[in-house]
Amino acid sequence: MDLVYFLFSQTLLFTIPLLIVALGGMFSERSGVVNIALEGIMIIGAFGGIYFINMSQTHGWMNGLPLFLVALVISAVIGGLFSLLHAYAAINLKSDQTISGTALNMLAPALGLFIAKVTLDGLPNVMFRNTFRIVEVPFLSQIPIIGDLFFKNTYLSTFIGLFILVVSWFFIYKTRTGLRIRACGENPHAADAAGINVPKIRYLGVVLSGVLAGMGGLIYIIPISTEYNCTVAGYGFLALAVLIFGNWKPWRIAGAALFFGVMKTLAYTYGSIPILSSLGLPSVIFKLIPFVATLIILTFTSKDSAAPKAAGIPYDKSTR
Amino acid sequence: MKNRESVKLFLASLAAIACGLLVGFIIIMIANPSQGVRAFSIMLQGGFYRGLRSTGQVLYFAVPIMMTGLSVAFAFKCGNFNIGATGQFTVGAFTSIFLANTLYGVIPDSVLWIVALLGAGIAGALWALIPGILKAYKNVNIVISGIMFNYIGMLLVIEGVKAFIYDQAGARSQTALVAIPKMGLNKIFPGSDINAGTIIAIVVCIVAWYILNKTTFGYELKACGYNQNATQYAGMNDKNLAIFSLLCAGFFAGLGGGLTYIAGTGKAISTAEVLMVEGFNGIPVALLGMNSPLGCIASALFVSYINLGGNYMQAVNIPVEVIDVMVAVIIYFSSFTLLVKGFIDSYNKRKEKGLLPSDGGSE
Repeated sequence: MDLVYFLFSQTLLFTIPLLIVALGGMFSERSGVVNIALEGIMIIGAFGGIYFINMSQTHGWMNGLPLFLVALVISAVIGGLFSLLHAYAAINLKSDQTISGTALNMLAPALGLFIAKVTLDGLPNVMFRNTFRIVEVPFLSQIPIIGDLFFKNTYLSTFIGLFILVVSWFFIYKTRTGLRIRACGENPHAADAAGINVPKIRYLGVVLSGVLAGMGGLIYIIPISTEYNCTVAGYGFLALAVLIFGNWKPWRIAGAALFFGVMKTLAYTYGSIPILSSLGLPSVIFKLIPFVATLIILTFTSKDSAAPKAAGIPYDKSTR
Repeated sequence: MKNRESVKLFLASLAAIACGLLVGFIIIMIANPSQGVRAFSIMLQGGFYRGLRSTGQVLYFAVPIMMTGLSVAFAFKCGNFNIGATGQFTVGAFTSIFLANTLYGVIPDSVLWIVALLGAGIAGALWALIPGILKAYKNVNIVISGIMFNYIGMLLVIEGVKAFIYDQAGARSQTALVAIPKMGLNKIFPGSDINAGTIIAIVVCIVAWYILNKTTFGYELKACGYNQNATQYAGMNDKNLAIFSLLCAGFFAGLGGGLTYIAGTGKAISTAEVLMVEGFNGIPVALLGMNSPLGCIASALFVSYINLGGNYMQAVNIPVEVIDVMVAVIIYFSSFTLLVKGFIDSYNKRKEKGLLPSDGGSE
């Protein structure tokens, strides 16, 4: 049983950041702006948060959960601000969204490494101590099974991620603004005719994606390392895959993120799982599974993909 | 009309480059006010800083990004964003070293390097084939399948390296036993790593330009990129065209991998699970080159030039990352081409007002 709990907590470490970032991508794409810059936003958001944690731990400003929360807010704000660059190019200047997204993906790690090297004595790595693990949540950890699964050896980010999932679902399907976001991604001209301010709604979508991707970056980095050198190992691109895999719908995105998380966990821990290690398969098989499975599933589902129809097309009033 | 259009694009690119340089200058000045001007001038001298040796290095380092840039640009012409160039580059790199080292002694060296390069190109093309087929027949998003194939390629290549061409000493592959001939270029650019790979890369770009602009096939490819439904209606096989364009793109990227890893500079494939950067670095080269094969030659040389300048600049304690920041800014601003074109258009209109009827109707 201990093994199950261990695997579960590992899975969550991979799943939650993917989930949050992919949900961010969902807001952007459903409003009609393809956001290939998720990777870059994650990098710069995580950089902001980790940099603050580093400063705070060196100077002893804050510690523990308050520090985590403040860092998370900083990551979110920086991610949101950074995504404004993409929004401006995509919405105001009607430029090719892949181009500005690529530019941001390139800018983020370069800028982060540059700032780190200039301000931290020429070292590219930002060091930090991970003091954010919650060993046990009082009372709740006593619940059988669920207590062990969710409330021991966990991170606050797990609950934040699940909270964001529920809120995102509610927001995009049950609120007026959510409906407007979806309308702008499907048929911006009709939305405009109905009196919706399309650029404003699209700005909202892109900035939401920036906020979530920034948070996702920090949440991804904190449990897995103690130094940050401006890379999130392609997680932003994986989140993009999760988004498409999840067919641009919140719960399916959650399912896709969980699938990736489970596969990734299996790839790195299969040696300690008796059933799997007795199969004697090379570890590369497990590493390949998420990618191959995604391709296979997309092969059979892409014909009726629910991609927002206007995603990637700049809104121009004069066309129809 | 077409010429004026490309002049506008060219001016827009120049404006973007100027913005990038300006941002780079400001960042350098903030980071190191006392040495900033000197650092910036070292960077601008980039490819000439150490004389012909530096120029040779610029030509040498331009090869991989020129090929991946061409790959991305070629696919773009047919409406596909080939983010999978990384994976194609990786399998090309592996295939070239694998062929070179397993056939070493079987085939004479003077032919073997050609075999290795062709093998690399074909491997890259095959790696692009499956995403192409999935796109054409199953409507699978090419960006996603490209990303997936990048990872699959990287993981399989690591296994391949371990199985066939592993270097026990370090966690990496063996280096190739044959090399592309220098063809006397090392005499023109003494002390540099330049080899005939640069010439091959430039020739391939020119061939790609010829295919796109002077053949029926190229015309159909571009038509497919503009409007797939119209090409179908005009009786072209749009599905095969999409696949062929990706095959070509994959060939270019794979060839780039070969050109990089059998260049005779002792490069080896690492077994760390990290995607090769050359593929992604091709994207800015393609964008900066306005997705034209000839533009890719110029932009690859430009990027290589300022990267080398950035390396020299580290001597005065400016991190080399400032170059990436500049390139990113240039690309960001190059996405503003419409804006710059708008400026030029309105300027021209004001100039012509009252003298000539507007020629806007023919556009």
